[in-house]
Amino acid sequence: MADVRLRNVRKSYGDTEVIHGVDCEIADGEFVVVVGPSGCGKSTLLRMVAGLEEITKGEIAIGGRVVNDIEPKDRDIAMVFQNYALYPHMSVFDNMAYGLKIRGVPRSEIEARVEKAANILQLKPLLERKPRQLSGGQRQRVAMGRAIVRDPQVFLFDEPLSNLDAKLRVQMRVEIKRLQQDLGTTSIYVTHDQVEAMTLADRLVVMNAGVAEQVGPPIEVYERPETVFVAGFIGSPAMNFLPAIATENGLSVGEARFRAAQRLEPGRNVTVGVRPEHLELDPASPTLRVRAELVEALGADTIVHGTLAGAPLLARLPGTQRVVAGDEVPLRCAPEHLHVFDGATGKRI
Amino acid sequence: MRRRVVFKQKLLPYLLLAPQVAITLVFFYWPAAQAVWYSTRREDPFGLRSQFVGLENFITVLEDPSYINSLTTTAIFSLAVAVLAIVPALLLAVMADRVVRAATVYKTILLSPYAVAPAIAGVLWLFLFAPGIGVVAYVLQFLGIDWNFVLRGEQAMLLVIIASAWKQISYNFLFFLAGLQSIPKSLIEAAAIDGAGEGRRFWDVVFPLLSPTTFFLLVVNVVYAFFDTFGIIHAVTQGGPAKATEILVYKVWYDGVMALDLGGSSAQSVILMGIVIALTAIQFRYVERKVHY
Ligand SMILES: Nc1ncnc2c1ncn2[C@@H]1O[C@H](COP(=O)(O)OP(=O)(O)OP(=O)(O)O)[C@@H](O)[C@H]1O
Ligand SMILES: [Mg+2]
Repeated sequence: MADVRLRNVRKSYGDTEVIHGVDCEIADGEFVVVVGPSGCGKSTLLRMVAGLEEITKGEIAIGGRVVNDIEPKDRDIAMVFQNYALYPHMSVFDNMAYGLKIRGVPRSEIEARVEKAANILQLKPLLERKPRQLSGGQRQRVAMGRAIVRDPQVFLFDEPLSNLDAKLRVQMRVEIKRLQQDLGTTSIYVTHDQVEAMTLADRLVVMNAGVAEQVGPPIEVYERPETVFVAGFIGSPAMNFLPAIATENGLSVGEARFRAAQRLEPGRNVTVGVRPEHLELDPASPTLRVRAELVEALGADTIVHGTLAGAPLLARLPGTQRVVAGDEVPLRCAPEHLHVFDGATGKRI
Repeated sequence: MRRRVVFKQKLLPYLLLAPQVAITLVFFYWPAAQAVWYSTRREDPFGLRSQFVGLENFITVLEDPSYINSLTTTAIFSLAVAVLAIVPALLLAVMADRVVRAATVYKTILLSPYAVAPAIAGVLWLFLFAPGIGVVAYVLQFLGIDWNFVLRGEQAMLLVIIASAWKQISYNFLFFLAGLQSIPKSLIEAAAIDGAGEGRRFWDVVFPLLSPTTFFLLVVNVVYAFFDTFGIIHAVTQGGPAKATEILVYKVWYDGVMALDLGGSSAQSVILMGIVIALTAIQFRYVERKVHY
């Protein structure tokens, strides 16, 4: 078991810097999920922890030991790749045993450890098969098995579920979470799927264009996003952003007036964020009225699409609602659910 | 779904195939059939009449010590050529796979020997190693090695082996490089994380995945050494000294064209044909069975 510390980690390919100084402290046994859109540098960051990419600047320490110049094999980590990277010419057993064999673990212990992992992952009947004779989900399990038999200090996952179909993905997600809780191994998990991120993480690192925009527990990131990017990336359907101007006693968005939780200097340009699920029907004292352009009835909730002050606005109303396209919908949002960002920098105010 | 091309006219497809079929018939089936025909006949000394002798030519050939000798020479020669063309090619491919900058230049240089005609390759090596004038021969003499492949059979053999293998390295290199590049990088990375050093990564992961390629190349190179090295041998040693480098295909030519033993020579080529068919069959069966993924 070990903690992982990233200090001002940077990565450049030639003259282009793709990771612009990431700081993060991961506690022993913590499950940290790095989430962000495609190309933001998640894999690069993970591969630097693994030792597959050189660290251009900064420092990575695992268990208090700076690993910048240490080979992957001496870092005591295990990695699960997106394409599983199983050795195609080896049986499932040999795939899992390979790392142990190299480390000179005695045969009897290898067998015991592989058997234990195979039991946990329900791979017992498949041990003699070759990877090509397995389904995607089974391959995924073998890749997990290969990681856990080694009993490493840190698990690294690079989008391990993205090649699975939606149903299997949910199932494996739960399995991974349970496994990590049982083993208590420090884990870094990369994904671009925010549901995966929210459900798995003890703590989230939200990345955007090579910068860690926010680090924190999922609920905190959801409730108090630090930037417009984070606010828009976490949560589904995505948060509504409305251009607003601060007034003496609140915010004005086109015709609509909001009461704000904090006082801002009047005339300041800001962006107001409202999550669709925080808009409620309120025929008595609505803060805004929106014409429904499209209504999606999903059963569990109803999603109303509209426009406010030139920006698209979604409201997610609970259950089935008697709203049809063309209706004027009276809505309300509690002041504590308004997120106010600086109009220019996108930072939370 | 793949759509089938349908020709309106019945004749057109056959016409389109005709040139290919004609070439195969004229340059392969016709000579092959002729070889089979002649292999069962004996010509009179003036080449005017011939008579059917059944398998007699084959028996004579197989009982001839010089044929057995040539068979052994061919076995040694082709295996040595194959090994000597495969091992360095693999080494070069592994190195080329790592080169990032100027990779194309590097590859082009490595591929150029393949464009050299066998006879020219032979002459090239002949010049390098010719006793008295060759640079390498001079160095060898200087080092105290009694180098004279014109007189010494084992040296002559070594020389044709090197010359033949040299030409084939490029071809093998290309296949190995393609093979290496088709191995997903994450496999190597997984092995690195599993704790395998450079050497183990190669022997445990890369090499097994290249084994179908290696086997394919082994067969191709043996076939090459059997047939396509005629030009090299003809240019460098003419099968000598004292038949030390007379491989089967050279003997076929020598016995048929120089010694005018048409029946015996034809019997030899029929046997050769059998060997190639066998080699090819082995290859197809093996490659089909042994592909990992
Ligand atoms: N070898 C390389 N040379 C140059 N640029 C690279 C190299 N590898 C990655 N990059 C760049 O670094 C950035 C981050 O890439 P990375 O693979 O880490 O993205 P990612 O967040 O994992 O994306 P995805 O979700 O698509 O996997 C990208 O803009 C990419 O173009
Ligand atoms: Mg990635």
